[in-house]
Amino acid sequence: MTMLHTVNKSPFERNALDSCISLAKAGSSILLTEDGVVGAMQGTSHSKKIEEAMANISFYVLGPDLKARGLSESNVVNGVKVVDYSGFVDLAADHESVQSWL
Amino acid sequence: MEDGDQVVKKFMYMNRKAPYGTIYALESLEVVLIAAAFDQDVSLVFADDGVYQLMKGQDTDDIGMKNFSPTYSALGDYDIKKIYIEKESLEERGLTLADLQELKYEDEDDDWAEKDSIHLVTRAELADVIDAQDVVFSF
Repeated sequence: MTMLHTVNKSPFERNALDSCISLAKAGSSILLTEDGVVGAMQGTSHSKKIEEAMANISFYVLGPDLKARGLSESNVVNGVKVVDYSGFVDLAADHESVQSWL
Repeated sequence: MEDGDQVVKKFMYMNRKAPYGTIYALESLEVVLIAAAFDQDVSLVFADDGVYQLMKGQDTDDIGMKNFSPTYSALGDYDIKKIYIEKESLEERGLTLADLQELKYEDEDDDWAEKDSIHLVTRAELADVIDAQDVVFSF
C-alpha cells in the first residue's frame, strides 16, 4: 500500500521529518509543506537525510510555500519535485492514504 | 541607566521561528513596533529558523497570507538599529547575509549617514549580547 506522508514542520525545530523518514515504507512519498519546506533545501545540515532517503522514497515540496519564504525552487535538493496545490491534490488522489505528521 | 528623567532599559526581542507557518514572526514584529514608541534601548535577534524571516524575495500571493517582510525595512525609522543575526544559524541553513534583506538606519549624529543595522555575530558573541539585556522577549 502506498502512503503519502505530509510534514509541515521545520526539521530544525521538530523531529517530525526524521520520524517520518524512519517510519515511511519504501515506495511511499513525502510532501513537505508550510515551514516543512525548509527541509527540502540543499546545502543545509539536514539535506543529507533527504538525499539518502530518496533511494526508497519520493520527495515533493509545495511551491507556494517555498515562494512565500523567499526560497528558490532551483535550490531544492536534486530529485525533490516541486508541486503546486493541484499537484498536492493529485498526490493525495494517487496514494491509497495520507498520513499527516505534526 | 538614566536618560533625563526616564529609566531606559535594554529590551531584546529574540526571533527563532520561520515566518508564515506560525504567527510568532508577525506578532514579534508588531510588538517591536509598538514598543518602539516607548524610547527604550531595543535590539532584535534572528537566530535558528528566525533567520528565514529576513529572506529576500518573499512572495505570499499563492498562500493567501500578508507578506510582512517589507515592514522590517521600516525598523530604522523607529530608531531600532541593533539587529543581530547568528552566524551559525545561517551556516546550518546554507545561507549567507546576501540571502537576507539589507536593513539600514540614518545616523543623526553623523549627518544622517545611512548605516547598516545588521550585525552578524557568532553564537558566543550573541551569548554576551543576551547577557547584557534587562529583558528578553522570546518569539
